[in-house]
This record gives sequence, C-alpha cells and structure tokens, in this order.
Amino acid sequence: MMFDQASLIPTEELRIFRDKIQRLAREKIAPQASLVDEEELFNREVESLLWDDGLLTLTFPERYGGYGKGQAMALCIAVEEIAKVCASSALLLIIQAVGSFPMIHGGSRKLKQKYLPQMSQGRKLVAYLVTEPTAGSDIASIQTTSVRDGDEYVLNGSKCFATSGGIAGVYSVLAKTSDGEGNRNSSFFLVERESPGLSIGRKETKMGQRGSNTTEVFLENVRVPAENLLGREGDGFLIAMKDFDMSRPAIAAQALGIAEGALEAIIELIKNSYTLKKSAADHPVIQATLADSAILIEASRGLIYRAAILNDEGRNNTKLASMAKCFAGDAAMKITIDALDAIQVLSGYGFLKDFQVERMFRDAKLTQIFEGTNQIQRLVVARQILKESMPFNP
Amino acid sequence: MFQLDEEQRLILQSVREIVQKEIKPRTTTLDETGEFPWDAVRIFAKNDILNPLLPRRYGGVEVSTYTFCMIVEEIARACASSALLLIAQAEGTLPIVYGADESLKEKYLKRLAGDSQILTGLGAIEPSVGSDIFSLPTRAELRGSHYILQREKCFAQNGSVADFLVLYASTDPSKGTHGVSAFIVEKGSTGLVLGRDENKMGMRGPVYSEILLKNLRVPRENLIGQEGDGYLNMLSTLSASRLFTAAQAVGVAQGAMEEAISYARRRVQFGKTISHHVPIQFMIAEMAAGIESARLLTYKTAFLFDRGESKKAGTYAAMAKLIASDTAMKVTTDAVQIMGGYGYMKDYPVERMMRDAKLTQIYTGTNQIMKLIIGRDLTGIS
Repeated sequence: MMFDQASLIPTEELRIFRDKIQRLAREKIAPQASLVDEEELFNREVESLLWDDGLLTLTFPERYGGYGKGQAMALCIAVEEIAKVCASSALLLIIQAVGSFPMIHGGSRKLKQKYLPQMSQGRKLVAYLVTEPTAGSDIASIQTTSVRDGDEYVLNGSKCFATSGGIAGVYSVLAKTSDGEGNRNSSFFLVERESPGLSIGRKETKMGQRGSNTTEVFLENVRVPAENLLGREGDGFLIAMKDFDMSRPAIAAQALGIAEGALEAIIELIKNSYTLKKSAADHPVIQATLADSAILIEASRGLIYRAAILNDEGRNNTKLASMAKCFAGDAAMKITIDALDAIQVLSGYGFLKDFQVERMFRDAKLTQIFEGTNQIQRLVVARQILKESMPFNP
Repeated sequence: MFQLDEEQRLILQSVREIVQKEIKPRTTTLDETGEFPWDAVRIFAKNDILNPLLPRRYGGVEVSTYTFCMIVEEIARACASSALLLIAQAEGTLPIVYGADESLKEKYLKRLAGDSQILTGLGAIEPSVGSDIFSLPTRAELRGSHYILQREKCFAQNGSVADFLVLYASTDPSKGTHGVSAFIVEKGSTGLVLGRDENKMGMRGPVYSEILLKNLRVPRENLIGQEGDGYLNMLSTLSASRLFTAAQAVGVAQGAMEEAISYARRRVQFGKTISHHVPIQFMIAEMAAGIESARLLTYKTAFLFDRGESKKAGTYAAMAKLIASDTAMKVTTDAVQIMGGYGYMKDYPVERMMRDAKLTQIYTGTNQIMKLIIGRDLTGIS
C-alpha cells in the first residue's frame, strides 16, 4: 500500500477489518461505481453486501450488530475504503450511523428493544430529517413542529435534502417542541415510514454522489407515540451536536477516500503509460501533483484518525472533528481538480467520463458542503479554540 | 480599452439580448442531454454572430479580437457550451485567414458568411505530454494530385458535425516543426472516419469527436500556404484559442458569481440574509477581484493580438488562460459552496458552471502546460 495507513490504525483487529473492507470494496463495489453514477440509482445489490458485512449497523450496540469498542474508527476506516471506489456507497454507511444516533443515544431502553432488532435483522435503512428549505446551516431555525397531544406527539413540517429519504424504513426527525429561542427548543422523534401523513417528495438530481437517494420528506399531522421522543424535550440540538462529533470525521473519511481514489488513478495511469519519451514519473507537472496530493492525504488522515480515536475514547473531539472535515473536504476538492489535469497531461482524456476521476471530482464537492459547510466548520474550530483558551467559561 | 465604442456597445447589447432570450432557457436541456446545440447554431447564424471574426471581404462582420472576446464572455456568462461553438468556428477559420492563399479563402471563408450554418473546427493535436505538442504523429504524403494523411486517432471539436475541418500533418518528419503543414479537409472525404463523440463532464453540448485518418485523401490545393507553413500557423491558432478560452472562463466565472450573489441576498440563515455573513462576503470579494483581474489580462491579450504583436500575445494568451480558468474553477466551486445544498443540485446552474469551468483549465493545453510555455518564453529556454 502506498499510504501510511496501517501504522495509524490503533489495533490489529481494526487492521484486519480494514483488509476485509478493502477486498469487498475493490472486488464487489468498484465494478458498480460508474453505473451507480450514470443511472443515478440507489444500488440494492451494494446495499445487501453492506448489510451482509455488518457495515450498516457499525455504530449500533454490539448485540444488535455493532462493531463495539473502536466503532468510530471502524466507521471511518470502512467509509474511507469504500469511498476510494464509490463515494455514494460510502455515504450510505455514514447516513445509517448519523440517522440512528439520536435513537441509540436518546431512545429509551424499551424503544431500542423495539426498533433496533427490526432495523438490524429487518435491514431497515434510516434517514436523518433535520435540514429544511429555510434551515440549512442554521439548524435552530427549523419550522417543523411537534405538539404533545395526550400520549402522542403530532408532527408537521417539510424536510429536504434527506439522504436515503425515499428508501428509509425509519426516520429521525428534528422538530420544534417549544417556542423558546436558542438551543433548547427542538427534539428528535423516531418516525416510521408507514406513519399516516408521512410522504416522500421529489428525488433530487445532484452533481455528484448520484447513487445516494436524496429526497424531500413531508410530515402532515404525523402522530407518533410519546415514547418515540428521543432524549428529553429540548435535547434535539444537543443530540445533533454530539452526532456531528461522530459524523464529521466520517464525512472527512469519505473525502479522504475520494482523494486517495483519485491519486491511485493517476498512479495506475503512470504505471501503464508507455507512450512518453521519458518516464511520466519524472515529469515535473506530474511530480508536483503526486507530491501535493500525497501530503494533503497524509495530513487529512492524521486529523481524521485522531478525531475518531478521541470519539471512541469518549473524549471531546469537537474541534478535531471540524478540523478534519474542513481540511479533508478542501483537500479532496483540490486533489481531484489537480488529478484531472494530471490525467490530461498523461493521456489527453482528463475531461472525459470514461475516467473515474471525473466522477470523483463531482463527488468531492459535496464533502465541502454537507454535515455543516466548511464555513461552519471554521466557525466551530474558532469557537472551540477560544473556549479552550478561556480559564473560566465567561 | 476601458470604454466601448458605439459598434461594440451595440453588438454586445444585441448578443446579451439574444443570449438571455434564446440561449439561457436552453442551457439545462443542453447539459442534460449532451446533444449537439443545433438550436444555438441556428440562433447565432440568424443573428450573424456565429463567425464574428470572418473578414469583411468574405462577407463577415470582422470584429476585433477584443470584441470577439467580449462576445464569447457574454455568451459563456449564461452558457459555456454555446460560447464553445463560436470558439470552434474561430479555430477552423483562423488557420485559413492566417495562411491560405486567395483561392482557398474565397472558396471556404465565403461559405461561412451571412446566416450560413456551415460548421468548421480544428483537428486537435492530442499530445501525450504537452511538451511534445509538435511531434506530430500524423503523416501527409503527396501522391499525384492528393495528399494522403494517416493517423490512427485524433480529436476534433465539432468533428462529427463540421462541414470542413483544419488538420495539421507532417509533410516532412525530418524537418521537425518545419515539416508541419496545414490542410482543409471536407466532410465525407474518403478516409475520414468518424469515431465516437466523447462523453464529457462539462460543456456537454458541443461535440468532441474521435476521428481516424485512414488513407485520407486531401486535394493538393487544400494545403494551406506552403508545405512547412503549418507550424507557425498552428502556434498562432493555438494562442488565439487560449485567449478565447480565457474569455470563456471569465464569462463562466461572472455568471457563477452573479448567481451566488443573487442567492446570498435572498437566503436567510441565522436571522439575516447570508450576504451579511463575513465568510460569504469574503468569498464574493475574492470572486470579484479574481474575475476583474482575469478579465483585464484577457482584454490586454486581445489588445496585443489586435496590434499584431503576435509573439508577446502568445505568452500573454497562456497567462490569460492560466489565470482566467483557475479563477473560473475557484469562483464556480465557491459559488456552489455559497449556495450549499441547493448549489449542488441540478436545479441551479452553478454545478454545471463548475463542471464547465474545469474544462477551461484543461483544454487548449492544461494550465500546467501554460506555465511551461510562460516559463520558457520568459527565460528564453525552448
């Protein structure tokens, strides 16, 4: 392997896990990647493979198919390996983890006993309904409401850009439970797909990660039992923030995987290029691309793995998680942009769809946007740094 | 240079109207289907802007290089694919304007006059590495009244739709660059075999076709100028193409910035429109500063072309292409960023502009090659 990955993986068990995912990705997922992108179809075949290997339940409690100790690292490693060949497929792992987080960390034991087996054995996908047409980065401004009515809550609102929105069996929905301003006015609810009043809107056509299913979801007087409240009323924002601590390193790992995939493609091309007078490896343009890309990749990996390991150790990783997401996303964008130039220099085919890197370029852009834009990540990093430097909370 | 004359003002105003009314509404379909923009050809031809560079004596409007750049920019602001049509026409026309004798000019240039929908293009030289650009693998041998051209594979903008193409081939490999000659090849010539039209990431309308030259027969009189004249002809044409790509990139960037600003002024987050947020303002400021620099460099290059300072213009064209396309890439990427999830969706034009921008970094020589050209020109190393 050309990258110094193994030495950073903390345990032998995770290294073995990495090897297994790598084989799965290269043998089974890679051949589907172009098709998934072109046809813009959610690939059920790949989904089954991911279920078979327990990759869609990685962050569940162990008895429901979870990885157990080291799960944040396991998620990052799996996402990275799969994103090297197909970012859309890797996204499915992330959304499963993100979407199930509010239930796993906020749901009552009874609720978990009810839903986790059916999600795990029943192979139900989960979607995370937070973003709304007018509430993107500004989560606190959501309009969806949830009103207590006896033993039930009644939910009303419109959600958008929901990954797996049209194919999920259950949804984690963020809704306002009080009129108060700030961070204590919203709560998460677990909502079943079959609930009357829940409907799927249109499916979005995206620039990249086109194999993922992104839809609108509408809630019109959707009634859920009171025990489907995840955490206590008002915990929504807090849960969402904790969820980010796990998901941002995973998104960063997706960006890292995309970048590595692009670099590997250039290296393959150099190995196979015999038309040049001198070895392509000696070409200064190619050397610069290889060096710059590899530096960014190693630096991304350092940040991501540290953020994930801290998360696994139960320590605060908010700053590193945001740093990793911001850095790796920007790096993936630069690497894929440069890789297309390198491919053009090497072969004259840089802008054609025949090469996987063209897809990776489109896929990379999303990593700068979702789970908090990189502008929001910088805000988080700056705030965390200031917080750490204050002796007392002002 | 900073003030348009009356003619330029009128031309640009009419281009803007045509583009807003007839080209802009077609951009999404053009990108989605990847089909050749015959509508745009028809619209441009009808309005006499398909070949603005065509000399007056052959029935053209003959605008300056500077005006042509502004036209390309204005079209690319809405649709880079449609702007590429004009560039491809210029690429097929300029080698003839630069080097052909009167009878060839009469024959071919006149066909492009008025509301003609005749298409042309340039057989691109696809170098395995840019520095090898003039080691042409295409061989042309004179046999009686015809040249016979051989080449396994090359590429041409408009290749499968052009009525005639300009191709370069070596008539005497022993002379290196001085053995390069230029030819006009008509559609349907024996031995001109069309391969597939490539599936591109951006600028998906105009076709970029694989062509094979299998004992392609070109009448002797279709040699442009003399044998060996092709090298300088190709240099001038490539420099001009780079300048036009720069103008196109400026247009793409301008269009993306306008979309981002208009979105930023509408989108409310954290209680105010995101245009109030400093990170957004910074991105917009960098966009505007970058675009304006790229535009000025592009116009200055055009000015050098119009003054006939061709050597300097060549270096400047490489600089303009480098700066303008890098700017377009950065501006469009940031425009998608400002628009967030919406920017990434096909409902808004900025994701297409981002894919289009990537092409401006790549074609007519990647930006890495531009740096080599500039570096060599300035240090005197060839």
